Amino acid sequence: MSLKLGALTKSIWVYHLCTGGSCNNCDIEILDLLTPRFDVERFGIVLVGSIRHADAILVTGSLNLKAVERVKRVYEQAPKPCVVIAVGACACGQGIFANGPYTPNPVDSLLPVDLYIPGCPPKPEAMILGIVKLIAKLKGKGRE
Amino acid sequence: MLKNLFNFLVFPGFLFTATLGLVASWIDRKVTARVQWRVGPPWYQPFIDMVKLSIKEITIPKNSSKIMFLISPLLGLSAVILASTFIWLANIELGATGFTGDIIVVLYLLTLPAIALILGASSTGNPLASVGVSREIKLILAYELPFIIILCVPIIKSSGLLRLQDLIQYQTVNGAILSNLSGLLAFLVAIFCMQAKLGLVPFDAGEAETEIMAGTYIEYSGILLAILKLTKFMMMVALPLFLITVFWAGFSIWKYVVLLVIIVLIRNTNPRVRIDQAVRFFWGKMTALALIAVFLAILGK
Repeated sequence: MSLKLGALTKSIWVYHLCTGGSCNNCDIEILDLLTPRFDVERFGIVLVGSIRHADAILVTGSLNLKAVERVKRVYEQAPKPCVVIAVGACACGQGIFANGPYTPNPVDSLLPVDLYIPGCPPKPEAMILGIVKLIAKLKGKGRE
Repeated sequence: MLKNLFNFLVFPGFLFTATLGLVASWIDRKVTARVQWRVGPPWYQPFIDMVKLSIKEITIPKNSSKIMFLISPLLGLSAVILASTFIWLANIELGATGFTGDIIVVLYLLTLPAIALILGASSTGNPLASVGVSREIKLILAYELPFIIILCVPIIKSSGLLRLQDLIQYQTVNGAILSNLSGLLAFLVAIFCMQAKLGLVPFDAGEAETEIMAGTYIEYSGILLAILKLTKFMMMVALPLFLITVFWAGFSIWKYVVLLVIIVLIRNTNPRVRIDQAVRFFWGKMTALALIAVFLAILGK
């Protein structure tokens, strides 16, 4: 257990999935995590280009009708075990698009979201705190 | 027989070179981070990455040619193990090893990982992978020409020695080939060819993360991706070692570190070039330099 879980939580490769219906501010804040000020590569977290390499999917933006099919397919292509993280108000609870006619599906109606990071956009510190909590939760799950 | 197996699998073949390669990849990441004013990952990060990749799920794409998809990473890995075993043995073995012409065999073996990557990526049926494959093929055509030409320089200087161990002995007696003008020019060309062979920036058009999403690696996951990455890291040991053997009078740790730092600094101070620029660079300037080096070597400079 411990070796597997330790390896999985110490080397998280992140695939960044923008569902299209967002203002891209969350995406910019995510990229902040890689800058010298925060530098999450210290903990083995890197951004990858291909979904096949991913351990975590960061979903940003509100899910519109066109994106539903694609998001589903991307999740199915990810190699398991894989966690889903919803970043920002739109991805967590649809934000200002809650009553929109073209965005009827919240992200968590489609994907098994493991972690919600609210905020518009969330600060990088909030994202780091969220990931710390997620790792603690995964490790707690492993102990049972 | 048992000794050969030990040489191939443990020392100085697979286990030893793989460990060194993972450490080299950590040095690469750490120096990159320091250049960018970051802290960078801890030293055990590449090992954790390998363990993690080996417990992830493998997905075989529906449209792929399955046997090719599964076999080609192993093909590349075995080629690089064999090449590094040859080169290490020439450097550290006290008795006679190798055979006449093993420099040519090693040259072929060092090309095989790229070919295996091309075979594997083109068997996936992914359009982005095929873009990566087409770039990788052009890159191979580009860098192999000057690389083969400059390998004539040490052979001409040593009046026709084709064995790695003989070359090292020649250099310990007569001074490194690098100390001549022709050798220096050839070594300069060799460094750029090495950068392209390793698929690092500025010649990483085949796996450009930002435009074709890891290109040739795109469909690989799990342990197959781990093998591909390991092959790349082992090439990071085998290629500098080959250059040191041929041009720089045999291995020592500081020579390797110098070459590794040069690789990392080139990688961090250059943007990615387009594939046509890369081909023009290698077939133009580099081939011209390589030919000049060969003529100087013939003249005895």
